[in-house]
Amino acid sequence: MTNIPADYGLFLAALLFAVGFVGVLARRNIIFILLSIEIMLNAAGLAFIAAGSQWGQPDGQIMFIFILVTAAAEVSVGLALVLQLFHHIQTVDSDAANSMRG
Amino acid sequence: MIAFFYISAAVALISSVLAISRANAVHALLYAIVSLLSVALVLFVLGAPFAAALEVIIYAGAIMVLFVFVVMMINSGPEATKQERLWINLRIWIGPSVLTAILTVELLYIMLLLPSHSVGHPDVGPKAVGVALLGPYVLGVELSSLLLMAGLVGAYHLGKHEEKRTGTS
Repeated sequence: MTNIPADYGLFLAALLFAVGFVGVLARRNIIFILLSIEIMLNAAGLAFIAAGSQWGQPDGQIMFIFILVTAAAEVSVGLALVLQLFHHIQTVDSDAANSMRG
Repeated sequence: MIAFFYISAAVALISSVLAISRANAVHALLYAIVSLLSVALVLFVLGAPFAAALEVIIYAGAIMVLFVFVVMMINSGPEATKQERLWINLRIWIGPSVLTAILTVELLYIMLLLPSHSVGHPDVGPKAVGVALLGPYVLGVELSSLLLMAGLVGAYHLGKHEEKRTGTS
């Protein structure tokens, strides 16, 4: 029984996405940037779930599962890259990685 | 019923804002876990308990553990123990604990005091999701497994020969 309008879920998803977007833009620590991307992916999944429960279709939850898979693959590769970057430049400041000389 | 949605939505927004505004990575991870848990409760209230369980297990469990591992690896060193001693400070844990306590009280109230089909009863059960996932979406499942395999190989390759690389450069 979902007597919650889908607008509210979509609105919450938009707000969470905005929070994550501000995090990506404002922070320079690369771990915080990855964390903000996780928040944004999570908000996208929430939007799919809200829309799926509005229409009573399973497609929303399936898209949520796919977003989950994408987030897991993204974060594993991203954190491995963060470790490599840290071993190369000894910092996690994303502005410091501007040389591209290896 | 909509009060449950409002409470968990408010907790999600507050903890997300706190997560991206902390200076310390471990404090931010604490708030990020609270944010994911509250979003899981929102999913539960919206009538997707299977997705809520996946959110807790994979997001708040597996992905956040990866983040904690990397933060701890980056912070390893002699000065990290001093920092570690600073982190074992009860004042830091008050904020995430209060937010998690709100979520716990809400979940216990839904689980114990309300009749079992009033909140979170799915219009679309896990069975319908599974049938659709392995029916029309089976190509997506195969692509997901390929993506996970690529992620596994990529993470293994990127995390592997570190000493050789630093030795030659």
